[in-house]
Amino acid sequence: MTVQKLPIAKAINESLRKAMETDPKVLIMGEDVGKLGGVFRVTDGLQKDFGEGRVIDTPLAESGIVGTAIGLALRGYRPVVEIQFDGFVFPAYDQIVTQLAKMHARALGKIKLPVVVRIPYGGGIGAVEHHSESPEALFAHVPGLKVVSPSNSSDAYWMMQQAIQSDDPIIYFEPKRRYWDKSDVDTDAIPGPLHKARTVVAGSDLTLVAYGPMVKVCVEAAAAAAEEGKSIEVLDLRSMSPIDFDAVQASVEKTGRLVVVHEAPVFYGAGAEIAARITERSFYHLEAPVLRVGGYHAPYPPARLEEEYLPGLDRVLDAVDRSLAY
Amino acid sequence: MTVESTAARKPRRSSKRTGSSAGKAVADPQLVQLLTPEGQRVEHPDYDVDLTPEELRGLYRDMVLTRRFDAEATALQRQGELGLWASLLGQEAAQIGSGRALRDDDYVFPTYREHGVAWCRGVDPTNLLGMFRGVNHGGWDPNSNNFHLYTIVIGSQTLHATGYAMGVAKDGADSAVIAYFGDGASSQGDVAESFTFSAVYNAPVVFFCQNNQWAISEPTERQTRVPLYQRAQGYGFPGVRVDGNDVLACLAVTRSALERARRGEGPTLVEAFTYRMGAHTTSDDPTKYRADEEREAWEAKDPILRLKTYLENEGHADEAFFASLEEESETLGKRVREAVRAMPDPDRMAIFENIYADGHALVDEERAQFAAYQASFATESDGGFAAGEGK
Ligand SMILES: Cc1ncc(C[n+]2csc(CCOP(=O)(O)OP(=O)(O)O)c2C)c(N)n1
Ligand SMILES: [Mg+2]
Repeated sequence: MTVQKLPIAKAINESLRKAMETDPKVLIMGEDVGKLGGVFRVTDGLQKDFGEGRVIDTPLAESGIVGTAIGLALRGYRPVVEIQFDGFVFPAYDQIVTQLAKMHARALGKIKLPVVVRIPYGGGIGAVEHHSESPEALFAHVPGLKVVSPSNSSDAYWMMQQAIQSDDPIIYFEPKRRYWDKSDVDTDAIPGPLHKARTVVAGSDLTLVAYGPMVKVCVEAAAAAAEEGKSIEVLDLRSMSPIDFDAVQASVEKTGRLVVVHEAPVFYGAGAEIAARITERSFYHLEAPVLRVGGYHAPYPPARLEEEYLPGLDRVLDAVDRSLAY
Repeated sequence: MTVESTAARKPRRSSKRTGSSAGKAVADPQLVQLLTPEGQRVEHPDYDVDLTPEELRGLYRDMVLTRRFDAEATALQRQGELGLWASLLGQEAAQIGSGRALRDDDYVFPTYREHGVAWCRGVDPTNLLGMFRGVNHGGWDPNSNNFHLYTIVIGSQTLHATGYAMGVAKDGADSAVIAYFGDGASSQGDVAESFTFSAVYNAPVVFFCQNNQWAISEPTERQTRVPLYQRAQGYGFPGVRVDGNDVLACLAVTRSALERARRGEGPTLVEAFTYRMGAHTTSDDPTKYRADEEREAWEAKDPILRLKTYLENEGHADEAFFASLEEESETLGKRVREAVRAMPDPDRMAIFENIYADGHALVDEERAQFAAYQASFATESDGGFAAGEGK
């Protein structure tokens, strides 16, 4: 067993390295991914070891990056493309939504599109505009795409392995403000399925569901609530499309209460989908309406206001209290 | 060198096409240059400027003050007063030369690095710092100086400039529009589309590309296999490469392109060949990807130094001028420093402001919930959550 304590960024880096070593068809493409190793250094050292033919600094054009990745995939390659920041994926949105997502179906399953689109997302790093957004719902809404996000280094490593091996296009959202958080990675472990949720904290009074950067906040909230004698279960969703509704349902039928937390605006967000499904599945188990904590229907604010905008411990606990008050 | 479109430009100074007049050497024809790195005035067959000593000193002053402002902003970032800064160091001539070619009624669409152009437009430099401090996303009224907001998403603004120019033409006005963008941006689909639209509609727009040789870590060879100015030819409008560290040439070339736009002859692509002397932004570490020697070679082509040499050699500026400019620089630095430190954090309710021109019910609801939630911290009595919220 090889267990290492790694930051999330390094875990993804190691995972990409492993994938490139095992499969010569794996390519990395993106802006500044070569010599610089990406603005977050996620691809650090890979061009040096695998060459410019496999770790490709692309022209500054996101539609071009994804569009050519589709072509390379059609030719048998497995491109892993990097979008530098969440807010810059939109020039590629057309290629992702109209082409990448639909091609397998249009070809009646005869072609596969094993493309991974890596997107550092979310706020909390004090950045300027377009560098802190959480657009996952805009992708999860699209049939043909799968959408995942790790919250820790082990998942970062293994979910990347599985995403690259998948024959479906996968949007892999990286919680950028957690890039430097370290946790154990066992590179010999046998990972669970990519699209299954994971219970991070077991509890009996209320279920908190989160993914990516908000898992940490929810774990802290559970700890704070425990001090007040409340037993909170925290579920790390890991996959926003598909969603492991069975796991959410099982937890909710145990606790009777559900709060969904994400940075993205709640309006039309993942929480809305979860609330609706769980209400359908577990109506008679619910002791309170499903509550959501997330971003407002407002553009991501300037950095000096982001702590007000982002769901933090207090807002999560406030929702926990409101749910328990029913 | 100028690439002519099929609908050829009117020769402006055909009598001088063959070159040098007495005392002035002819520069590299690939690159429009009027002032060499050594500070020597040279001729170009197509472009010239005729400036008074006072105007020359004015350009010098603009560049010095812009550089001083930029240095102050970099320092303020290091001190934690700004979250980020994108320095224009080395690009002063490109920005001041083009910026001073504009008329008040012309309209500018900048990237995030056009601090020198902002200066020429009369935008208070402290206004530029709000977005880098993280107190707003723009912070100035674009229409008060005909200087649009900084655009971070690479290349988008070239289409806005083109549309604005289409509007100018529809109105029958003789204003011109200028779109700034970088060598990296030249790869974006939006930029290609703006070339197409502007050519098809003969829009009065000047595309001013500052080729500073780098797009973060990627050299220009990652974006193009032909000199960027030659791209224009394929779209049917002229392209010209100008020495981007020569403020006189940048002024002359931009002026000529703007006049061409005013005459209804359509767009021009200007490639200002320059160099990003600093890091991409304060978050960047250029030692990861480029050699010091390259930067050193460009240091010898410094835009400010060459004009200084020229002013001194021609006797256009004396000690007193330089000394008082030095003083003015320090005053500007101090003013900027103090203004930034005094810049208050925005009110938290600003999150919900100006999202819609006509309002939106959900925003109103969330604003009220947010206010009630905040108020709950002030009055501990309600147990820490907003009464009535969510029920
Ligand atoms: C659509 C988009 N993709 C990526 C980025 C991230 N990014 C910011 S600046 C930059 C390089 C821009 O290079 P260039 O156009 O040459 O302008 P310069 O920074 O050199 O002035 C990149 C990739 C962005 N802002 N927008
Ligand atoms: Mg550049």
